[in-house]
Formats: sequence, structure tokens, C-alpha cells
Amino acid sequence: MSSNAAIELKHITKTFGSIVANKDVSLTVRRGEILSILGENGSGKTTLMNMISGIYFPDSGQIFIDGKEVVIKSPRDAFDYKIGMIHQHFKLVDVFSATENIVLGLNDGKFNIKESAVKVKALADKYGFEIDPAKKIYDMSVSEKQTVEILKVLYRGADILILDEPTAVLTPQETSKLFDVLRKMKEDGKSIIIITHKLHEVLSLSDYVAVLRKGEYIGTVKTSETNESELTEMMVGKKIDLNIKREKPVNPVDRLVVKGLNCVNREGVKVLNNVSFTVRSGEILGIAGIAGSGQRELLEAIAGLQHLEDGDIFYNNPKTNHVDNLRDKTPVQIRELGVRLSFVPEDRLGMGLVGNMDIIDNMMLRSYKKGVSPFLERKTPKELAEKIIESLEVVTPSAQTPVRRLSGGNVQKVLVGREIAATPTVLMVAYPVRGLDINSSYMIYDLLNEQKEKGTAVVFVGEDLDVLIALCDRIIVIGGGTITGEVVGTEAKKEEIGLLMTKSSGGAKDE
Amino acid sequence: MSNANTKVKEPLFHVVKRIGMPTWQSWLIRIVSVVFALIICGVITVLMTGENPLQVYATIIKGAVGTERRIWSLAQNTAILLCVSLAVTPAFKMKFWNIGAEGQVLIGGLATTWCMLNFGDKLPNWLLIIVLLVVSIVSAALWAVIPAFFKARWNTNETLFTLMMNYIAIQIVSYYVLIHSNPKGSGFIGVINPNTEAGWLPKLFGQQYMINILIVIFLTVFMYIYLKYNKHGYELSVVGESENTARYIGINVKKVIIRTMILSGAICGIAGFLLVSGTDHTITRDTAGGRGFTAIMVSWLAKFNPIYMILTSLLIVFLQRGAGEISTVFNLNQSFSEIITGIIIFFIIGSEFFVNYSIKFREKEGK
Repeated sequence: MSSNAAIELKHITKTFGSIVANKDVSLTVRRGEILSILGENGSGKTTLMNMISGIYFPDSGQIFIDGKEVVIKSPRDAFDYKIGMIHQHFKLVDVFSATENIVLGLNDGKFNIKESAVKVKALADKYGFEIDPAKKIYDMSVSEKQTVEILKVLYRGADILILDEPTAVLTPQETSKLFDVLRKMKEDGKSIIIITHKLHEVLSLSDYVAVLRKGEYIGTVKTSETNESELTEMMVGKKIDLNIKREKPVNPVDRLVVKGLNCVNREGVKVLNNVSFTVRSGEILGIAGIAGSGQRELLEAIAGLQHLEDGDIFYNNPKTNHVDNLRDKTPVQIRELGVRLSFVPEDRLGMGLVGNMDIIDNMMLRSYKKGVSPFLERKTPKELAEKIIESLEVVTPSAQTPVRRLSGGNVQKVLVGREIAATPTVLMVAYPVRGLDINSSYMIYDLLNEQKEKGTAVVFVGEDLDVLIALCDRIIVIGGGTITGEVVGTEAKKEEIGLLMTKSSGGAKDE
Repeated sequence: MSNANTKVKEPLFHVVKRIGMPTWQSWLIRIVSVVFALIICGVITVLMTGENPLQVYATIIKGAVGTERRIWSLAQNTAILLCVSLAVTPAFKMKFWNIGAEGQVLIGGLATTWCMLNFGDKLPNWLLIIVLLVVSIVSAALWAVIPAFFKARWNTNETLFTLMMNYIAIQIVSYYVLIHSNPKGSGFIGVINPNTEAGWLPKLFGQQYMINILIVIFLTVFMYIYLKYNKHGYELSVVGESENTARYIGINVKKVIIRTMILSGAICGIAGFLLVSGTDHTITRDTAGGRGFTAIMVSWLAKFNPIYMILTSLLIVFLQRGAGEISTVFNLNQSFSEIITGIIIFFIIGSEFFVNYSIKFREKEGK
């Protein structure tokens, strides 16, 4: 054991019922060091960190801080040992200001909000945060809220910071800003543990990488002595081809022609402004754009879930060669027209699936209406559930397990599997790999390519420009509710798309 | 270095979530919790009253099932409570917090009363009873659909809405009773059609309550199948879990809300009919007797499973009737029996924690 270890875990094991979340995990973080914890979904990264921050208690194993064995029973204990965790989901009071949130629950005998605000500002300046201490949380962007969370633990004097997938919600620019801050903290002697599954982030930021796989500790490597493919192999347990294939579309036909869509949201803000584009069979159309630029409304409008002010959605039925207008039709009416439209929405558990129902009943969502019998038919959905579990390698105790108990990647596989099983002619997917590990992500890309080969018109709304460029045949860029440009996948440049993303006509003033 | 710190201790216990407990084990936990509750109640009985707890328990049992008449009365009360519980269940499963069952039952009972008073000697009895059933179902369903309509159309708060409608229903019944009181001015309607027994549910197999019980058994099976195997039942669960998912899949959410509340109200109407035509043969403002609220507990305790509801409603009625007996036999006031009922229900609800979680104690000191 090195004497300057800030925190050291030895043989930590944690089980939930019969499920082993962490098995014999040992790791060390020294002062002034950044350690990345890398692992697929459900590999036990968050569970492990929750044990350090006092939310869970290990079944066995020891935790040492500065060489002394400690017992962390509660988050308060963790604070006493100067451990601070920044969770994936923020825990802030919306109607309070940044300062108020930061001092909340801190009992140092006095309460002077002005003094605290000065201290917060000084702390922010020291590490290069940009923050207005008086700003209310509800006025803040996601990255500002994250800043408040980080300042909250720093204000409490944390020396060991744990960040659970901090970049999942940030834009590329915000991410690089966050990394600058983290590097400054490191220079200041803080120890940082960061959970992520984005490999390039791991390589650019951390000193060491610890890899977990299915709850087991695989090993720690020095970042400077490793590379992407080695880490992937450690994480997945087998070699993975990191290239996305792209076949040439086979005789594409215009399947969906969208013309002049205009849409106003509930607050009366114009979210779609004269949007027109065409989706062809046998190709993948990418939609790039900053989150919240109208992507959701666009897909929901096509799926019959969003009222339109103006515009038309023409569907060219491959069986009858009939052209139907889907505008202002309900999902049921669209289905009755014989349109086989599948939709994987952004909000998986809030829209695509029912969290408290098991996989079989979730399969039934698409099929239960079939037939005239007043009773449900569970046999076909059960077979479908079992087929999806097997072919997509869904990790679940059984088909009777409620979907909310599954990890993010497995939830997505269930949803995508169901939507593809409907043999769609149009498949729309929104951020299908958000929160997914490498293995699952590549499986989803393969599934989309498979659909493309079958002649499905695929619409892919994504955020990772590298993936969009590698996977899509054409990419349209949406900014502030308007289409700002279209590029061909094989010729697209990341910088070009990035420029189009920020070029919006009048819609950028909502920040 | 690790043994330098023997002061630090593991916490005495921590809570771990259980996964996949066999059914017999979960029922064992529930039974053990009832036993614990009885022991605690025994201690409290001795401390507060000085009575022998075993005698108290014996009296509770005697009070509930001591004579044949009491057994039938227990079955009858269980059936009515179960009927109201079945009524609120689809609404609750849809996360439509219908706490207006009390009023819906009263409206059903009032409709029955009105028909009995007006058609009592004009229709043959078999036809009259069918009319009573239909009218009580329709009126209670209409009463229940009002908050559903407002919820579907303007997203009003159904909890407050249904609650307030209880008071309106109670006042309507009070008003009606006052106007039609018999003898005039007594403030009671008295037994309706005492000589002709017109509109009274007939005895079956010599038992006055047999038809009531059979109707509720039928409803229980119906509701179980409706919720588990019927497409409507499936749709209302989806709406309850996530309205967005329901919209996404093409379910007409408004239609489902209204349809489910019609069903909920209709079954409340049957309960009102059973109370007036099948039990009391009269109506007062207390005819529903708080069952509209107790039913919510019955339904939750059974986790919205109609078959389990037979047990939970039986348990609650058993305790109520037994506790009522001890207050008369031992000259204890009503509050004491309610304390005992409260303790037992507390333990039963508490046992669910141990079904879902287990407590791990720290391993023995030493190493």
C-alpha cells in the first residue's frame, strides 16, 4: 500500500439478493490523481461509488482513507471523511439560488448568505467555474446545475470527488470546460474518481483507469500505457470492431415526404419552423442538432402525437403505392392506414415502455389490440419477449421482470427489439444509444443497418457527430426549429455540421 | 495498519432489498406479524384495563363468529365491504384517486329507495328487483362519471372532486330522508314495504344474505378477470402507469378514464343496492358507513388483487365486529377496540416492509 493513497478499497463485495453487484473490488486513488472507472451498463460502477459515499454499505471488504480503516455508514460520514459525490441526477432545490443550495444542510453555527455567496464566488474563481451565486436553479442550464453540485461538495471541503457520468448531459464544449476544471482540482491535490463509458474522455483526462466487468474488478491500467482497443477488450471481455459499416442504399424510394411543418409548443413557443425533408427507403437519415432544437416535436409530429399548425406528412405506401397524408392523424388512425411506423422515443420508460410492467406486457403494448376477443392474448408477446431476450442478449432474470429493474442498455434493447419486430417500413429512433455502453451501442447500430438492408426508411436522431457521420447516408441539421443544412454522410465533416448546428434563424435567443 | 483502528464498528444493521422471495415465505411473515400484533395488543390490554388478554381475544372471536347469526352477519358485512373495494380498485389502478365511493354507494342506495317507495306495489317483485339493480347502477355510474369527465376534459383534481361529491351525496340523502320520513317528522324513513316486502332481495336456501354474497362472489371473479385478462383492464393499467406511453401506443386516455369510472361507479351502485334492498330495507345518511374509505385500505392492502381482497376485507370486518363486542362485554369504550384494530392493521402494513427488504445484522465481533 502506497503511503500517499487518499482512498483505498480492499476486497469490496456487495450483493442485492442473488445478484452480485460488486465482487472483490480493490482500488487505490492517490492525492492529485484522476481515476476513471470504466465499465459497461450494470457492471457495478455506480454501486461501488455509492458505497464510498455512504448510500450503500458493503457486505464485506474494507475502505481506507489516508491509510486508516474507516466505516462509512451514511452520506454524512462520507462528508466527514471529505468525500463528495456528484450524482448523475441532480439533487437541488429548484426555487433556491446557487448559494442557497450550496449551504443547504450545512450546519456551521452561523447563517450569512452574503458571506457565503462571496465564498462561493471565490471558490468558483479558484477552479475556473463560471457561476452567478444568486441565480436560481430553475433558470440554469444543465451544465450550470452540475457546477452547483460540484461547488456544493467543494464548499464542504471535499478532497475526494466522485463524479457519476458527468459528461452524459453536456455538450462537447461544456465537457472540455469541465475537464479543464477537473485538471485544476487535480493540481490542487484533490483526488477525483470519474465514472464514464466514453473512451476518448477516459484517455484524455485520467491518470489511471480501473475496469469493472459484470461486477468483477478486471484491473487498473495507466492511461498513458493503454489505448482504446485494449480498454474495450478489458471492459467487454472480447475484441470489438469499432468501425460502423455503411452499405450503399439499394434503389431508394421516397417513403416519407415532410413538407413545411410548423409547430407551436404548449408555452406558445415556435418549435418547428417550415421543416421539410424526405426520408427514403433503404437508407438512414441522420438528424443532427443541439438538444432541444425541435427534434422531439418533429418525430412526435410524424408519429401522430403532436398537433401541427401547418404542413404535410406524405407517406408512400410500398404495398399499394398509395400516398397518404399523416398530418393530424392519431397513432391508431396511422396504423389503420396500413402505415408500419415504428418509433423509439427519447424517453424510454416515460413513453416507449411501462416501467412497472414486465417484458411480456411491454411487448403486448404494440399487439394487444389485435383480434376481436375482449381478452388479452399473451402467448405471442411471450414468445416475442423470449426471442428478444435471446437474440439481443438482454440481461434479465426472466421475461416476467418489470422493465424498470433492468439497466439502461437492456431497457433500450427491449424497446428497440419490440419496435423492430413490428417489421416497420419507417423506423424513427431518438438518441438510441444514450447512456448505453459500447457493446450495446454497436448492437443497436447493427440493428439499424439490418433494417436499412431490409428496405426500411430509418430516421436516426443522434448527438454523437462521429457516429452520425459514420452511420448515416444523409444528415440533415436542425437548429432552432429550422433545417439549417443537409450533408451527405460519406463527405460530411464534423466541423461543417457543428457550424450548421449553431446557425439558426432567430431561434437562438431562447437561452 | 488495518488493525490500528478497532474503534470503528460496522453499523449494527443495514437494510437490504429482497429479490424473489417464495410466496409461502411472504405469507409466513404476514402471519407472524399478526401474531406479534396480538401479543402487543395483549400487553396493552393488561396495562390499560387489567383484563386477561386471552379472554379479550376469545371475546373478539366470539363477537365475530360466535353464533350462526354472527357468522352470516360477518359474511354479509365482508361482502359489502368487498363490493365497494372492488369498485374503487380499477380507478386506483388507473391512478385515479376515487375517494368518492362513499357518495357513489349512497346515490345507488338512494336510487333503490326511490324505486322501492314509488314502484313498490306497481310491479311484480322479480321485475322490481331488476329495475332496482339497473337504476342504482345507472345513477351511481352517472354520479361517478362527473369527476371523470372533468378530469378528462380539464384535468381537474379528482381527489378533491370526488371527496366533495361525498358531502353532496350525504346531504341529498339527508334531505330525501327528511322529506319522506315515516312517520312524518321522525327523521327516518323506517323499513320500506314492511308488509309486502316489495323490492326486498328474497331469501335463498333460507338465508337472507345469500344472494348478496353470491353477487359479490360473482363480481370478485369478474373483476379479477377484467383486470388481468381483459383488454380494457390492460389499458387502464397502462394509463395509470404512464399517460405518455398510453398516448404513444394509441390509447384514448380520456375514453379510458371515463369508461373506468363508469365501471367503478356502477359497482358502487350495486353496493348501494345490496345495502338497501338486500340488507337494511331503508336508507339513512350513514348507510354507506364509511365503507367508501375503508375500501381504499382493503384495496391497497391486497395490492389491487381482487382475490386477496377477500382476505383483507374479511380481516378488517372480523376485527371491527370483534372489537365492537369487547367494548360491550368488558364495558370498555369504543376507542379501546379501535386501538386494538389500529395496532393489528399497523403490523399488517408493516409486515410488507419485511417482505420487500431484509435486515442484515453485523457479523460477530472479533475479526
